[in-house]
Amino acid sequence: MHIMEGFLPLQWCVFWFALSLPVVAYGAYKMNNIMKGNRDVLPLLAVAGAFVFVLSSLKLPSVTGSCSHPTGTGMGSIIFGPWITSVLAVIVLVYQAVFLAHGGLTTLGANTFSMGIAGPVIGYLVYKAATKVGLHLYLAVFLAATLADWATYLVTSVQLALAFPAASGGVLASFEVFAAVFAITQVPLAMVEGMVTTLMFKYIVQLRSDVLVRMNTVSQSTIKKLRETVA
Amino acid sequence: MKINLELFTSGVIVLFIAAFAYVSSTQNHKWVGADGQAEDLISQLTDGSYIPWFHSIYQPPSGEIESLLFALQAAVGSLIIGYFLGYYRALAKMKTSDASEEQDGELNARPSR
Repeated sequence: MHIMEGFLPLQWCVFWFALSLPVVAYGAYKMNNIMKGNRDVLPLLAVAGAFVFVLSSLKLPSVTGSCSHPTGTGMGSIIFGPWITSVLAVIVLVYQAVFLAHGGLTTLGANTFSMGIAGPVIGYLVYKAATKVGLHLYLAVFLAATLADWATYLVTSVQLALAFPAASGGVLASFEVFAAVFAITQVPLAMVEGMVTTLMFKYIVQLRSDVLVRMNTVSQSTIKKLRETVA
Repeated sequence: MKINLELFTSGVIVLFIAAFAYVSSTQNHKWVGADGQAEDLISQLTDGSYIPWFHSIYQPPSGEIESLLFALQAAVGSLIIGYFLGYYRALAKMKTSDASEEQDGELNARPSR
């Protein structure tokens, strides 16, 4: 999902920066508040950030014969919401842009938007909707993490299509071409990410369900029910 | 019915590896990164007229150094996750063993069950 350095025309770089910057700024403000007011949430925040670090470093082979990487943003988004998750994503994206030549500083705004904002927002909405209609908590987590990952790659395809519309067929034709590369490759990866996130979430429920209840991520009654159904 | 998430996750990962093994043994792929494929698509779509206007300020000098930096990223992340989950686990264990010690002296009580 990294758009490589220099591979977006200047006006699009500016556009995505303009969209991403306020979100990340507000996310940083919210994160700062949590760090001041809620010291015992900090380890969980570190874990969510570290999870993004690990998953986004793993380039996995997919059935399409190419490699891509998961994003790891689903978990942060479920627990802390998309605002704070956008900050976690920026940290990883800057590291990869500066030291690994993956992504870039000029495309940082666009990459932050797809991985740090669009994906987490979708994940967050899916999680809220799924728990609201009464899906099993872990199924909700799985769906949220899987779709957050997948949405990130769809948005990257949209970003590239907007910047490079096809000569015939325009943006839509170009989107199909980019989505064929990103979206299909990503399907199995997104599902693996969904499963791993669910497992990780299970451990957090087991160990610090009190923090999850306080963050309004999970209700007390769900936790009780969970203890009876999942080993 | 009790679901075992660990088992289920392992199953999904095994399937994922099996799919890779199958595709790589039956078809001829280069297993390049999707990001790089997108670069090629851009030059196709623009008939090679698009020239990147900015270049990475630092490029890992070799594939080895690049994988070192990626491995470092994963290692640092895993370290943090392991440290805090271990910390939480010990914390939960201390709480339950404090409570159960008064009842039956069970020191190895499972946390929060």
